[in-house]
Amino acid sequence: MDLLWEGIWEATRLILSGDPGVLQITWLSLQISGLATLLSLLLGIPAGVCLALTRFPGRQLLVALVNTGMGLPPVVVGLFVSIFLWRSGPLGPLGLLYTPTAIVIAQLVIAAPIVTGLTIAAMQQLNPRLRLQLLALGASRWQLLWLLMREARLPLLAAVMAGFGGVISEVGASMMVGGNLLGQTRVLTTATVLETGKGNFDVAIALSLILLALVFGVNYLLTWIQQRGRRP
Amino acid sequence: MTPPIPAAGPPALPAPILEGRDLRVAYAGQSVLDVPAIEVREGEVLALIGPNGAGKSTLLRALGLLERPTAGEVFFRGQPVGTSRRDLLVLRRRFATVFQEPLLCDATVEANVALGLRLRHRSAPEIRAQVQVWLQRLGIAHLASREARSLSGGEAQRTSLARAFALRPEVLLLDEPFAALDPPTRDELVTALHGLLHQEALTTVFVTHDRNEALRLGDRIAVMMDGCIRQVGPPGQVFGRPTSEEVARFVGVETILQGQVALDRNGLLVVEVDGTRIEALGRLRPRQRVLLCLRPEDLTIRRQDESGHSESARNHLAGVVEEVILLGAQCRVRIDCGPSLVALVTKRSLEDLALAPGVPVVVSFKASAVHLIPH
Repeated sequence: MDLLWEGIWEATRLILSGDPGVLQITWLSLQISGLATLLSLLLGIPAGVCLALTRFPGRQLLVALVNTGMGLPPVVVGLFVSIFLWRSGPLGPLGLLYTPTAIVIAQLVIAAPIVTGLTIAAMQQLNPRLRLQLLALGASRWQLLWLLMREARLPLLAAVMAGFGGVISEVGASMMVGGNLLGQTRVLTTATVLETGKGNFDVAIALSLILLALVFGVNYLLTWIQQRGRRP
Repeated sequence: MTPPIPAAGPPALPAPILEGRDLRVAYAGQSVLDVPAIEVREGEVLALIGPNGAGKSTLLRALGLLERPTAGEVFFRGQPVGTSRRDLLVLRRRFATVFQEPLLCDATVEANVALGLRLRHRSAPEIRAQVQVWLQRLGIAHLASREARSLSGGEAQRTSLARAFALRPEVLLLDEPFAALDPPTRDELVTALHGLLHQEALTTVFVTHDRNEALRLGDRIAVMMDGCIRQVGPPGQVFGRPTSEEVARFVGVETILQGQVALDRNGLLVVEVDGTRIEALGRLRPRQRVLLCLRPEDLTIRRQDESGHSESARNHLAGVVEEVILLGAQCRVRIDCGPSLVALVTKRSLEDLALAPGVPVVVSFKASAVHLIPH
């Protein structure tokens, strides 16, 4: 138990003193996972809306693939992104392996299916007749999409939270494609793995606490937006 | 192909504002709508009635440009409606529709009533003014800032109506707007709507399966069955002079008997039904086979032991009460007079006459109450 208490004590000190190393890792994590989430929204929401509202041959197969993608193991993503970015791989000449961009790409691959899948579910739970009513009220195609998304804003925000939660806490892919290079690609999760391995539990606990606080903070913000003005 | 109907009706009738020609809709090869011609005249309320699955809502959606018919064309103010997205949008913005479900957005009542105006990019002051007016006129001003999801069924449907009226549409389309409401709320809303439609003289297509709503609101009534319009005309004509047995049944004719014209005394016909002679008015030749229709409210009943009948009724049939069914303030009485007749009497007369199965009675009705359908 001493180990735990000492760790928490040291962690608090590290956080409160504003340790530049810890701050840099935190900021980098936030940037990488924030960007990956943002990109996954740009990709996943239109794709999900399209899959939810249209009917075409092969649609069901695509939805099944997206749903499978929601449970994609990060290490598998890490492996394949590594192969693609490897010096002799198809995207090797770009020299992206072991850069923050590589982590963003891997996290995007993880988050995009989650956002897409939850967007499909969010849009399909709307009353199908609402579409007809909005058209009848004179909505143009874009107005219709906007209004339907606004109606589905609660589950859509849940999709954002799930996407962000999935990538900020992911470690396997970041480790494999980022390389955990200090000051360059070391993020909260990979740093925690490293410090735990070295027996530096205080630092590891500090990093975990920051990670938890970050996840909580972002989700609290999203929840606040989601639940505004809502009484049971 | 049916030849196109003339664009303008006889001069006395207002010009049609909305027309459908040769409208056909099929889902997976199964025909659900087949209407050679339908017109909606400026300022009228056209009620589409019929049983569930008759194609009423499909016709409404086709006329409202919300569903592309498999074949046929819709005309608005004499012009064929284009098929481009832009053309459809422009025209849809001149219509408004209220469905059976209120289908409100997850926002306040005020925001919902404003929605259609916002979609049309009207100015904020105009939207505010219109919303105020229609919240007032539908009696929901006190609910303006309430969240739509907290409304009762009746309040929600008033909001949906306000949202449609606020658009000042050229055509209002109503798809069974009261079907999901409880009877008192429905009566209130039918009354409110009746008032508004008259004040606004708004061209309206009103779908319902409730013939009382249709009678109350419709200037003309179209009876639909199996995807086709079976009869269209003023309420008196459709309810009093149905042209087929199915229409007769749907509009509330409860006694339909097979008979044959026996005699014609200058327009006063004698029709023989199972050996019983019934007098009717009409222009049919003797030996013509007919369906004889009687509305239950046109029959009067007295006990056989009561004397005298000073009424102008020409038909008096003796019979025995077979069955009495209570329907609230009224009762349906089935009488076996040879042919079986159904009469509607008030609960009061039921008690006064002490009607019960087995009681001998005399059923009377005027010759003009008898409607004959050549068969």
